[in-house]
Amino acid sequence: MNRRLLLGLPFVAAAAAGGAFYAMLHGMETGTFDPRGTNSMLIGKPMPDFTLPGFSAADVRAAHHPLVINFFASWCVPCVDEAPTLMALAQAGVSLWGIAYKDKPAATDAFLARHGNPFYRLARDEPGRVAIDWGVTGVPESYLIDAQGIVQWRFTGPLPLAAAKILAEKLHA
Amino acid sequence: MIAELGHFALALAVAFAVVQAVLPLWGAYRAEARLMQAAPALAIGQMIALAVSFGCLIVVSVTDDFSVSNIYENSNTLKPLLYKITGAWGSHEGSILFWCLILSLCGGAVALFGGKLPSSLRARIIGVLGVTACGFEAFCLLESNPFLRIWPPPANGQDMNPLLQDPGLAFHPPMLYAGYVGFAIPFAFAVAALLEGRIDAAWGRWVRPWTLGAWCCLTCGIALGSWWSYYVLGWGGFWFWDPVENASLLPWLTGTALLHSAIVVEKREALKTWTVLLAIGTFALSLSGTFLVRSGILNSVHSFANDPARGVFILGLLAFIIGGALLIFAIRAPTLGSSGLFAPVSREGALVLNNILLCSIAAVVMTGTMYPLFTDLLTGEKISVGPPFFDETVLPLATPVFLAMSLGPTLSWKRAALAPALLRLWWAALIALVVGGIASRGMSILPAFAMGAAAWMIVGAVAEIVDRIRLFRVPLGNSLHRLVGLPLSTFGTTLGHAGLGVTIAGIAGMSMAVSQVVLMHPGDTTSVAGYDFKLLDLHNAKGSNYNARVADVAISRNGVPVVTLSPERRAFTTQQMTTTEAKIHTNLVSDLYAVLGDERDGAAVMRLHWNPLAPWIWFGALIMALGGLCSLVDRRLRIAAPTRAAVRAGTVRA
Repeated sequence: MNRRLLLGLPFVAAAAAGGAFYAMLHGMETGTFDPRGTNSMLIGKPMPDFTLPGFSAADVRAAHHPLVINFFASWCVPCVDEAPTLMALAQAGVSLWGIAYKDKPAATDAFLARHGNPFYRLARDEPGRVAIDWGVTGVPESYLIDAQGIVQWRFTGPLPLAAAKILAEKLHA
Repeated sequence: MIAELGHFALALAVAFAVVQAVLPLWGAYRAEARLMQAAPALAIGQMIALAVSFGCLIVVSVTDDFSVSNIYENSNTLKPLLYKITGAWGSHEGSILFWCLILSLCGGAVALFGGKLPSSLRARIIGVLGVTACGFEAFCLLESNPFLRIWPPPANGQDMNPLLQDPGLAFHPPMLYAGYVGFAIPFAFAVAALLEGRIDAAWGRWVRPWTLGAWCCLTCGIALGSWWSYYVLGWGGFWFWDPVENASLLPWLTGTALLHSAIVVEKREALKTWTVLLAIGTFALSLSGTFLVRSGILNSVHSFANDPARGVFILGLLAFIIGGALLIFAIRAPTLGSSGLFAPVSREGALVLNNILLCSIAAVVMTGTMYPLFTDLLTGEKISVGPPFFDETVLPLATPVFLAMSLGPTLSWKRAALAPALLRLWWAALIALVVGGIASRGMSILPAFAMGAAAWMIVGAVAEIVDRIRLFRVPLGNSLHRLVGLPLSTFGTTLGHAGLGVTIAGIAGMSMAVSQVVLMHPGDTTSVAGYDFKLLDLHNAKGSNYNARVADVAISRNGVPVVTLSPERRAFTTQQMTTTEAKIHTNLVSDLYAVLGDERDGAAVMRLHWNPLAPWIWFGALIMALGGLCSLVDRRLRIAAPTRAAVRAGTVRA
């Protein structure tokens, strides 16, 4: 009987590993698990102060409702991937505020004209200084800011549809 | 039209695979000879269909058909022809199709060369391969089809990542895949044997050549990858304990263990359950390595389009194949009897030790690779496990492997005495001590020890042959006669073990590498490890799809010119990406290595290396693979000819 149990162990171990991998993949799709990113230090803290051509941190706080700040750039290929998801989110009533990262204004405008403009307001961070304060690891990157101006959630890379749905739920909760 | 033909051939292959997964297994279960006999024809049909499909992909790639999405994304009219061909397996979609092709070649090989297998065993093996193949081919057809069209067709493609446009890398994936997928055959043998409910010496003899073949390919594949990172990435290193490297090392370690435990099954009918588990485990590790890379869970230089949705599909596939095999193992393995008693000190004992140590190393490497993922999942804590962990944990486990390796082959089966074996190797031990002693004067303690261990492995491996031909103990002519009469597999063992020694010596030598990063103006001279590097000139050059900046560096030693190297920095026009092209001069004992960095005010940042014994790292791997090949050739003869006398006849004829 013991031998029987022993020989069943590999199966149990493989099943456990398989379950864990499923949890990881599911987490990657919904934005709760990111194997390569580091956790943002901003979660649960007020967003950093900034003033940019377009809007400032004060404007975000003055909105008094939860919103999403999306760092993007016209030169970034994953941002093209993300564009349809952002359009869908905007149509679902999510308030998206865009910050163009290290991008020439004309290029940004051309990008938004080609792929659609999902943003309620648009700011330009040409030198990329504000992105440093936010700890942006790359574009695109999205931050969920609640009505009090606290950073609640961060997603690195293009938002998958599943993650976008969760985002919309979080906003409406 | 060609793309549709390839698409259709792929669909046909899936159909073949489904039938191949059902009929032979059902036939073997019901003992219906007609169904079992259908197996080889189905496997060959599937192989032909996939060969046609892959051929179509190459044709589409060579003819620049950018209406095919996969070609548009990965090719360009300016891309050299060689890379248009190799690009067929360079993209994600193409590599999955290539993977399926190799799997079907495995099935075809069993169908063509497995004529001597009992028909029910052969039917089951081909059936199990069919189950595996139909999963992967369905994935290729449904989730990552390389033949999908785009409309309107673009005028030109986006080109391939320039880092991949390299002859070394062109042949790294096929070798590696042949190794990974080759382990599907031992896997199928194992599952088929579990279904049959019996494993005997004959099973061990049949499974070994397939394992050897896959192992040789995997060894070459890993070596090519490491060589590529040495001379293309320009970091001057050869192994980084990168998760993807580890993912290829794991099946190599367990595959090496399988190679050795199968000997025990063949010769002594012991370790049967363990060998079956190793065969399943090795293929499982091959598959999960690929899965972890493709799904983006493990991140590294090997970036494929990361797509968790695709990952879920592959995970389901793996769960079915690996989980199914392990479930059959859990149910059927307890019925496999164990036999073949042996003393702890014996050839079997040495092989068990080898298995324990190799699997421990695999376990440690696996822990180091997966630990960060699992802590992240369970606690949300981000940690990283780097080279120091692997260096410190692998070395203590590898040391006994090195020490026991020369000893093992000299022990006799069943029961052996350690003292006479050690006595026979006294001169190998002496040479090892001398080499280690000499090395310790120029190296720190650990590399010096590794040098000694390497000498012990190389000399010990040769000593085995010297002992068997009784060199210097009988007249020389007599010895030579014995040498000719030795079975090839003996040379296989010697080459395999000595090859590892050569690799270890190379790794130890690399610890003495000297490198310098300097800002040089044309005309400046820098001295590295006794060599004078003089920067002659910086100029522009033009390649087929890139513009290059070239530095000419003349190297001399004590005023005697050695060589002129011209490292480049290439700017690829279509992908707007810059690569560094390191230039290497080797004299087989050490490498001179030069990389051109950024330029400022007419001066260039140059990285100059002297890498002693570096080429040995890959020579060693080549020798190991050659050893495997020797054994393989020997095996094939023995399988074809059941009696000892016939083997001799075969050797003469060959």
